[in-house]
Amino acid sequence: MDRHFFDELNSVKDMLLSMGSLTEEMVNIAVRALVEHDIKLLDKIPENEARVNRYHVDIDEYCLKLIALHQPTASDLRFLLGITKINAELERVGDHAVNICRGVSTVLEQAQLKPYIDIPQMVDIVSRMFEDSLHAFVNLDADKARFILLCDDQVDQLRYKIIQELTEIMSQDPSKVGISVQLILIANHFEKIADHATNIAEVVIFVAQGKDVRHHFNDPID
Amino acid sequence: MPKKIEISKLDLFYGDFQALKSVDMTVDGNNIVGLIGPSGCGKSTLLRTINRMNDLIEGVKIKGEILLDGVDIYRSHMEIYELRKRVGMVFQRPNPFPLSVYENVTFGLKVEKFSDRVKTAEIVEKSLKDAWLWDELKDKLKESALTLPLYQQQRLCIARLLAVEPEVILMDEPCSALDPIATMKIEELMLDLKRNYHIVIVTHNMQQASRVSDLCGYMLLGEMVEFGKTSDIFTNPQDKRTLDYITGRYG
Repeated sequence: MDRHFFDELNSVKDMLLSMGSLTEEMVNIAVRALVEHDIKLLDKIPENEARVNRYHVDIDEYCLKLIALHQPTASDLRFLLGITKINAELERVGDHAVNICRGVSTVLEQAQLKPYIDIPQMVDIVSRMFEDSLHAFVNLDADKARFILLCDDQVDQLRYKIIQELTEIMSQDPSKVGISVQLILIANHFEKIADHATNIAEVVIFVAQGKDVRHHFNDPID
Repeated sequence: MPKKIEISKLDLFYGDFQALKSVDMTVDGNNIVGLIGPSGCGKSTLLRTINRMNDLIEGVKIKGEILLDGVDIYRSHMEIYELRKRVGMVFQRPNPFPLSVYENVTFGLKVEKFSDRVKTAEIVEKSLKDAWLWDELKDKLKESALTLPLYQQQRLCIARLLAVEPEVILMDEPCSALDPIATMKIEELMLDLKRNYHIVIVTHNMQQASRVSDLCGYMLLGEMVEFGKTSDIFTNPQDKRTLDYITGRYG
């Protein structure tokens, strides 16, 4: 048994989970800032982003080293490929969280348009999808991953509804264009985070079962 | 149309010890078949049954069947000589005869009493070319094969096989005595030869199995645990025992 190699696999997994926690925290900060109207929460974002970016580079380098030196196969190879893919997804999620925070700080400078209903609902689903995608990876839980895939449509529908509503507001009152555009951009970023959570879920299915369910080439429900 | 080799329900006993247990395997098409597994799992034994190399071992009993183009090699009247001409073997260590390079390549032809000198010279050239040795040895044809370095000796053994135009080439760890560069050359040669020959290789080197074979069988304790496309075996094996071996968790 190549115990040292398995220890290294665990180390790279731990790194990815630390990166995941940081990214999750960034998304939570963005959500709370928006919902609680608390701009001070955003102070922590730059430090987290820098750490996420550091992990992004370090994890890829570590995986490259492990693949080159150990020539992993089967589940180990899928695991390392999965790590590199999720690594890229997490880095993008971090970027979206940063962009959401920028949007939130602009939105909070202005009076609230109306009581928000769909945005918090969408944000709640997206946060859960992202959190679940990381849990699915920790436990290589393909069933949980498949459930995440099913949630993506809900997010798309809510985003569409939000855009329609804000477009209506903009057409009625041009003074509200600025804040409406910011909210649309925020909704878009959350929708992208849902896409990344979906991608992570697809990677989990691949790592756990060796099935590639991307683009519905294989039925994700089977 | 019959497959080139079809092995079914093959049992082999060395006295009371059962070395192969109901093994099924098919070799056909332009594929290289790799056999992997821990020492003593029966992969070399299986390879040697395909050209009846185990027959000489005392106490060997074989049940089941091995069909070559649909003909049972154990129960038909196929001559052993004829079988081994059609199913040649390359061994772990190169075994050139203590003869010249030229005589090594023509050895099989002489056994067949083939006497056309011009045609013989053509066969020698073609066999050495097919084994990627012609450029290296065309000026050394009269030199003793034993003076060649190991990697050339191994390719000379392959050229000696090719001269009698076999249909199947069995390779029993053909690179285990060779350095990485010589190993790479043999592997490249195998990939060339598979266009015209059926090749079965036993190897301890899993990277070699994954690099050269199209189909791969994992054997354990005399059983064929899993047999399938090499790309599947090395990315998503279906049997946990295969997974454990492939990922180094076995033993």
